[in-house]
Amino acid sequence: MNAVLVIIAFTILASAAVAMSLRNLIHSALLLVANWLGVAAFYLWAGAEFVAFAQVLIYVGAVSMIVLFAMLLTRRARADAAVVPGSIDRAISALAVSGAVAGVLVFAVLQTHLPAVTPPAPAATVRQLGAQLMGPQAAALLVAGVILTVALLGAVILAAKERNSNQDDAP
Amino acid sequence: MTLSPQNIWLIPALPLLTAGIGAFTPRRGRGLAAGSAIAAMVLAFALSCAALRGALAAPAAHLVYNFDWFDLGDGAVRLGWLLDPLAAFMCVMVTSVGTLIFIFSLGYMREDENFARFFCFMSLFAAAMLGLLIANSLLLLFVCWELVGLASYLLIGFWFHKPEAAAAAKKAFITTRIGDLGLLLGMIWLYNAGGTLLFYDGGNGCLEASLLGDLNLQTTAGGLALTTVIGLLVFCGAIGKSGQFPLHVWLPDAMEGPTPVSALIHAATMVAAGVFLIARVYPLMTADQTLAGVPLHALTVVAFTGAITALMGACIAVAQNDIKRVLAFSTVSQLGYMMLALGVGSWMAAIFHLLTHAFFKALLFLSAGSVIHAAHHEQDIRRLGGLAPRMRATFVTFTVGMMALAGVPFLFSGFWSKEAILHAAGEWPVSLLPLGIGLAGVVLTAFYMTRLLAETFLGSSRSDSAEHAHENSAVMTWPLIVLAAGAVGLGFIGMPAWPWLQSKLSGEPVPPQSIFEGGGLMMLSIVLVFTGLGAGWALYGRRPRANAAAPDPLAANAPAVFNFLGARMKFDELYAATAGRLGQFLGALAVGLDRWVWGGMVVALAKFGELAGIIDREADEAGLNAGFNAVSEKLRGAGRAYSRAQTGRAQGYLRALVIAFVVLVFLMIAGGGG
Amino acid sequence: MSPLPLCLLLSSGLFCVGLAGALSRSNAILVLLGIELMLNAANLNFIAFWRFGLTPSADTGIIFVIFSIAVAAAEAAVGLALVIAIYRHQKNIRLQEAARLKG
Repeated sequence: MNAVLVIIAFTILASAAVAMSLRNLIHSALLLVANWLGVAAFYLWAGAEFVAFAQVLIYVGAVSMIVLFAMLLTRRARADAAVVPGSIDRAISALAVSGAVAGVLVFAVLQTHLPAVTPPAPAATVRQLGAQLMGPQAAALLVAGVILTVALLGAVILAAKERNSNQDDAP
Repeated sequence: MTLSPQNIWLIPALPLLTAGIGAFTPRRGRGLAAGSAIAAMVLAFALSCAALRGALAAPAAHLVYNFDWFDLGDGAVRLGWLLDPLAAFMCVMVTSVGTLIFIFSLGYMREDENFARFFCFMSLFAAAMLGLLIANSLLLLFVCWELVGLASYLLIGFWFHKPEAAAAAKKAFITTRIGDLGLLLGMIWLYNAGGTLLFYDGGNGCLEASLLGDLNLQTTAGGLALTTVIGLLVFCGAIGKSGQFPLHVWLPDAMEGPTPVSALIHAATMVAAGVFLIARVYPLMTADQTLAGVPLHALTVVAFTGAITALMGACIAVAQNDIKRVLAFSTVSQLGYMMLALGVGSWMAAIFHLLTHAFFKALLFLSAGSVIHAAHHEQDIRRLGGLAPRMRATFVTFTVGMMALAGVPFLFSGFWSKEAILHAAGEWPVSLLPLGIGLAGVVLTAFYMTRLLAETFLGSSRSDSAEHAHENSAVMTWPLIVLAAGAVGLGFIGMPAWPWLQSKLSGEPVPPQSIFEGGGLMMLSIVLVFTGLGAGWALYGRRPRANAAAPDPLAANAPAVFNFLGARMKFDELYAATAGRLGQFLGALAVGLDRWVWGGMVVALAKFGELAGIIDREADEAGLNAGFNAVSEKLRGAGRAYSRAQTGRAQGYLRALVIAFVVLVFLMIAGGGG
Repeated sequence: MSPLPLCLLLSSGLFCVGLAGALSRSNAILVLLGIELMLNAANLNFIAFWRFGLTPSADTGIIFVIFSIAVAAAEAAVGLALVIAIYRHQKNIRLQEAARLKG
């Protein structure tokens, strides 16, 4: 059991780390796709099939597409890829800070008295989820729908081409 | 038909109504103003006669009608009307003489454009004078007294565009005011001591025995009795109003007014108000006679004041050249005689002389007015003369008046009234000095009146205006005739052999005197009268003045004395030098005080306020503003400092957030929280 | 070691990696990707507790993660639209230059 977890964990962490450090944006995006696939695998291992399905569908399917489109739309010349002055400092401080956070979180996890007994796998049929979503969580579902609608509209408005903008600019 | 005290107020009300009508009559409403004034006076005369009839029915009684004026809370101010022979006789005199003078004014004031205003003021005066006569309260009397003074001011200054007239009106008012101050003080003191100002109030009035008895027991400063002091204060008012020495200076100047005014006010009635006042409050004046150890009796002062005035007036009259001024000083002198009579104890004689004097003095003034009107307002007797053939009626009536004033015996009223006075002076226990002075005055009176008659009417005309004078119209001569009849006939009501007036006035019968009782004195006075007449004739009548510039015969003999008398004994100059200078000094002092002391204080306060303002502003600027500015700057600095945290860089915010989270967790763990 | 702590350590690690990336990169899109990683780490946490937690029969974890994924997707869309808007403004997507809201 744990071996699968270890492999999945390694995939996730490695792909994430590399993706955050690469200079090539496309490579980062692709590695991130791998990361999300790893997360989906974790969900499967944990027994949440529907969530894994949703993860693959949404993240790997939609979000990665958006990211790639955005990268392509905001591309520039090679000069863009130069090292920004001050990035070393930023990197060091970021690592320090995230290290601190990691330390805190690890400390919290290890210090917490978590139950040692592994409970049996809970049943999570799609039917049950559907009943939940349509029943007690219906309001949240509707709100989520509204959020998505608003986000859609907002994204369209934000990204829409301005009427008076310079035609030379690539959209 | 008689008039009860309740309705006696109608007598002054009629002229008052006319005055009101006259106030609203425009200049062209001459007929209305004059007609209503004369009609009111005639009606008032009729009512006065009715009142006299009622008073004579019960001469000793003082019929009163008292009423509350207004409520003071613990008591009321009460006023009242009084009907007794004194008031009734005076009312009859005022209304009759007044009617005649009003009729005379129709002719005299014809050319004046302020005809209506004249009659309005004259009616006001008549109303006030009549109110004064019937008042039963010293307060009401005082109110009417002041109104009479006001009317006098308005009438003296009738031709106000003449500066002399305006100055004379002011002088009259101020001088009488000085006297009125004494009267007011006396009134207040009397009210304070006695509690009432009503004369007769069923036993409680201030002229009745019980109250006077109480007052008599009190003494004030200097050991003087209270009644003496109050009496003297009241007499101050009479001094001012009746032109006694030393407040006589206004009367000659008052001749600036029209001659009918001089006749009515400054000869017959208003100046007599002082005499009337003393006669009215006679019980108060005589109250201290019963006290033994007092240093001064009020009536003594009255008698000597009157005597001095009588002599002084007569002396000055000798040297005057203006026809009206001679008559004015003659009035001063005769008023002195009346005061003398009051002082020596015979108020009936004073009133008798007042009544006769009213007629013959009014007659003299109106005759003078007739002369002035005919001679186109020429008043200097040196420039008149030769008017006898030209103005017969005036000449005859003037002669009648002059004889009455001089005291030509038996036929003329002045003789009988002056005899009464001299007789009373001869019986005064205190001193015979007033008698002597009075006798001297008799000589002088006859002398100056002869001088006046001779210079004005006899001889030849010494100027064009005298040359072209002619007799006036009937409306001006008939009043003279009527007054002349009065001047003759009135004397017979008070003769020693038939003292009808005296007994009616006093309420108890006065025994008639036989010719032998006062005969010696009468003979002496007759001799003196003829001495004066003879001297006057010798100097002025036998050889009349040749022309206006010729010197006066007296001036040739005693120029210094004559000039001194001609300059009215320099009283005006004396007063100007003393009281006038004092007044100016006080005024300058007040100005200085006001400008420098009070004004300085105000300016200092203002400066202080300014200083406070400056300090405030500085404190505000330096303290508050600077403080606020500094605080604001600090706040702004703090704000700027805080806003430096807003770098605008999202990654920085996230970093801060995460660091804060770590710190928070540490704090929670360290603090023992879970 | 029991699986739950291991899963939690995994999610913590992923969170910190995402945080490091979000803090250090200058490219706005990569910052957004870092944020996505952090969200994923949270989701991992939820599923771990759902599977190995105290009340294993509850569906709360699943429901939460479903909503989390949906919201994350919406947020990614809006965020990238913003990036495009920024790009149009300043011709690059360096996050440090988009500091016009500074105080």
